[in-house]
Amino acid sequence: MSVPTELGYTAKHEWVVVKDGIATVGITAFAAESLGDIVYVELPEAGTEVTAGQTCGEVESTKSVSDVYSPVSGEVVEVNGALEDAPETINTAPFEDGWLFRARLSEEPTGLLSAEEYTKLTEGEE
Amino acid sequence: MTEGEDGNATHVTTPILSGVPMSEPASVPRATALREIHEKAGATLVDFAGWLMPLRYGSETAEHRAVREAAGLFDLSHMGEIRLSGPQAAEALDHALVGHLSKVKVGRARYTMITDADGGVLDDLIVYRLGEHEYLVVANAANAPVVSAALAERAGGFDVEVSDESADYALIAIQGPRAVEILAPLTDADLDAIRYYAGYEHTVAGQPVLLARTGYTGEDGFEIFVRPAAEAPRVWEALMAAGADHGLVPAGLSARDTLRMEAGMPLYGQELTAELTPFDAGLGRVVKFDKDGDFVGRAALEKASRTARARRLIGLVGRGRRPLRGGQEVQRDGVTVGTITSGAPSPTLGRPIAMAYVDGDLDTATGAFTVDVRGRGEAVDVVELPFYQRQS
Repeated sequence: MSVPTELGYTAKHEWVVVKDGIATVGITAFAAESLGDIVYVELPEAGTEVTAGQTCGEVESTKSVSDVYSPVSGEVVEVNGALEDAPETINTAPFEDGWLFRARLSEEPTGLLSAEEYTKLTEGEE
Repeated sequence: MTEGEDGNATHVTTPILSGVPMSEPASVPRATALREIHEKAGATLVDFAGWLMPLRYGSETAEHRAVREAAGLFDLSHMGEIRLSGPQAAEALDHALVGHLSKVKVGRARYTMITDADGGVLDDLIVYRLGEHEYLVVANAANAPVVSAALAERAGGFDVEVSDESADYALIAIQGPRAVEILAPLTDADLDAIRYYAGYEHTVAGQPVLLARTGYTGEDGFEIFVRPAAEAPRVWEALMAAGADHGLVPAGLSARDTLRMEAGMPLYGQELTAELTPFDAGLGRVVKFDKDGDFVGRAALEKASRTARARRLIGLVGRGRRPLRGGQEVQRDGVTVGTITSGAPSPTLGRPIAMAYVDGDLDTATGAFTVDVRGRGEAVDVVELPFYQRQS
């Protein structure tokens, strides 16, 4: 299972990468594989505030409904609109085209896991 | 991100499989004879009714499509097989079940039900008549012990032996438009001569089996009862090899559930429960009053057949993309009129589908229908069941 080293992770299977104060957020390949075929995503709208550790959306697969927790605090500046018609992109490219939203950070994210730490965590869950 | 429960506000951490009572999982689920094959194929295995069963091997949507367009292979070894043999096997079943099993010809099968004295459905069944004095009753995994005990009790006054042979059998289903061409080279049977809902003793890959043209997917296909179960891996591998060039893929319970939903087929625990009669479920046709003698549930069912139905099963198709799920409330012009029993994204329709019980006298031709999905009204259309019917 791929876990890119340049990203930060949460124990709830989100990933985040920060560039110029903007965080891009998605769910990991491990999460996507565990859920099965993703058929629907509910994302925060641009302009809304998200808070680290709080739910900010939903991902639904054939057989499950899951909350998405924001790994960061800030204002949503962009959502991945392509997921509306092609939610399966989260299965095929979770770390690339399957990103969920971008937020302008209101504070530096804390408590993120490294790729190594996240990998250890998922090995415990397999 | 945490995984949540289908439809309800409370969240749990297991994937949702409809049809299983929400009880504590069995301490150690039983494995079928095909477990190692599933593991090698990379299956996600889940505890389903006390059995460790393949949920999916890869993409469940791809498995679903393969069954509609080519063929899929299912391990259904969790199903219960109960044999009735003896001079009065037919009479015993006429008494124990709502169907007219003595009228079924040898080699044919019937979809039927077993109810309690109040007419509440204990399980839906397929009964195969193997001989003049021999039947095989196939029950849902979760209900097999109840069905087996009820049959033994109800057969009490008859000259018949009831034996629960669930542990002896493995059950493999091959379903889809290419099932015939895949199976034909492996069997001594003339498949064209086996009609829908017929089953006979034949061989598959040299193994004696009960080969039946039945299924739960809305496609043509066969169910292969293998005894002893230990021979099942060989039969499975032979079918997979024969199907390699025909698009055959192994398919899990997730695909099985979406396939049966599209076909409008009820699932015990969802559309059928002990609180509902066959008439409530719109399946009153399985109740045969024109048979000799009394049968368990007759008086209650005669009454149910004469009274207006309290509820009615309808089909819903979502206008948006958000999946509909069991337990969600159905509303007409903002007023709650029913509850979804099963719902899923339909790969064939490309839309969310659901079955729901609504008030029996509800006017579904007018009004704006919505489903309450965690506080938001999702617009739906009421449609006739099934959602999908194969072109035959």
